[in-house]
Amino acid sequence: MTDPAIETHGLRRCYGPTVALDALDLRVEAGEVFGFLGPNGAGKTTAVKLLLGLVRRTGGDGRVLGRPLGDRDARRRIGYLPELFRYQPWLTAWEVLELHASLAGLPSGGRHAEIDRVLELVGIASRAGDRTGGFSKGMQQRLGLAAALLGEPALVILDEPTSALDPVGREDVRAIIRHARERGSAVLLNSHLLGEVERVCDRVAIVQRGRVVAAGALDDLLGESEVRIRVTGLPSDLAVLGAFGPIVEDDGWLVVRPLDPERIPELVAAIVGLGGRVHAVDPARRSLENLFLEVVRDAPSPGEPAA
Amino acid sequence: MSPRLVLVVAGLTVREIVRRRILWVLLALAVASVVLVGWGVDRLVTLARGQGSSEVEIRIGVSQVLIMIAFMFSFVLAMSAAFLAAPAIASDVESGTVHAMLARPLQRAELVAGRWLGLTAVIAGYTLVAGLLAIGAVGFVSGYIPPSPLVAIVFLAFQAITVLTLALALGTRLPSIAAGAITVVLFGLGWFAGVLGNVAVVFNAAPLAGLGQATRVLLPTDGLWRGVIYGLEPPLILLASVGRGAEALRANPFFADAPPPGAFIAWSGAWTILVLLGGIAAFRRREL
Repeated sequence: MTDPAIETHGLRRCYGPTVALDALDLRVEAGEVFGFLGPNGAGKTTAVKLLLGLVRRTGGDGRVLGRPLGDRDARRRIGYLPELFRYQPWLTAWEVLELHASLAGLPSGGRHAEIDRVLELVGIASRAGDRTGGFSKGMQQRLGLAAALLGEPALVILDEPTSALDPVGREDVRAIIRHARERGSAVLLNSHLLGEVERVCDRVAIVQRGRVVAAGALDDLLGESEVRIRVTGLPSDLAVLGAFGPIVEDDGWLVVRPLDPERIPELVAAIVGLGGRVHAVDPARRSLENLFLEVVRDAPSPGEPAA
Repeated sequence: MSPRLVLVVAGLTVREIVRRRILWVLLALAVASVVLVGWGVDRLVTLARGQGSSEVEIRIGVSQVLIMIAFMFSFVLAMSAAFLAAPAIASDVESGTVHAMLARPLQRAELVAGRWLGLTAVIAGYTLVAGLLAIGAVGFVSGYIPPSPLVAIVFLAFQAITVLTLALALGTRLPSIAAGAITVVLFGLGWFAGVLGNVAVVFNAAPLAGLGQATRVLLPTDGLWRGVIYGLEPPLILLASVGRGAEALRANPFFADAPPPGAFIAWSGAWTILVLLGGIAAFRRREL
């Protein structure tokens, strides 16, 4: 059986009295794309730095690619795009990648071809000979992505990989992430852009105040369907509709969640029966953004850690 | 520690100094200074001969000018070493470049050792080239070649390496500006304490002399500077040191009648290694 790409138990990091990461329980399987989400200051970047050994843990334990945190052997098989991506401005893009290939210990025979491959993959092959000091932020981020993908690492850690990219660039990054998964890499994607996470991740974990407050496969987390109905002329007492599920009024829309999509005609008939005039019916699945907001708002105190 | 990775970082360091044109600027300045010095010494020698000074007097004069030049060069070298080495780790941490590098299988000790090796190679090479040029130019216009020019150059380089080691080590924990400034101030204080210590020996002021000795142990730059002078001092002046007024001569910060003792040279080497190891230990504990 292959080791999980990442496994942590109660991983903790304090800076003096400040708790940056409270007790992180995380498990990322080999070869999956894992979304690591949370509000600002939730401890995501601290967690990533702990996994790489850039910061030491205060408590708890963890393993990356079956090795202890920060292990040199594991780092040979990790690609990392830092949140603040900066590369030597006096080197060309090609030289930056050559430096990283040599630090990573890639066999010198295939290095040339591998650098060309990742440059092509992130779409900056035509700028390979230019110094990175003249690169736009988006180009630098693409270069960082290329560095993270060098040598097809078993684990790719991307900290906000699209923060400097336009919508086209973001689409490219999604394709790159899917491509990495197809080649067998596990990807830990730390991002604020929930739409993006929703489109590429197999599983997600939401952290708040240094703890995982929700985790699981996207289909399980977002599985609950809802329906939004634009309706006028309803009586104020909607108790009869309560049988379908919890009802919320949202800016002129009636929202019933959860609701089996099969029961929508029945619900509409009941509304009409009450004298309501139905203008629109919008069956929907919960978005990751909704889930995120609910979990983060509804969890003022750290919830049960989930794996 | 992997020698391959240390060399990768050392090569990167040398490439950075070359690419950022720092080395070329330093070399251009050195060449300009050598031309000026050559011209100045030439004028001096011509004037002295015109006034009927003997060749011995002229040589002694030129040797003292050369020591003054070496002193100024040692100061410029120390400043360059401090300001090249202070940001070598510090600015990579400040800019975030270091995060991507240390996420690779590169140990922090290898990063610091590689930086040190690259800087040492550049500073040593630069001292050799600039030193030979200056001594050669003075020799060409005046005919005076100091007794051991290579000894002087080796001590100059050694002094600069101790300075760069200190700046690099401080830069593993401090912002680059602070590390550079502290190093330059310490270098100045070390020289000053060395001069005071020598004066104290002449006047038998024991506590002050002890302070001078202690400073040389804590920061060997001034002691190494004595090695530079010794390499440049003509034998005639050394003869004077056994005669009358020898004590007063020893108080002169531009005079040395003996090379630094072997034990001191060994200590300076050990000091450099210890400071480097201290820097590595400090950087290992740093949170990035």
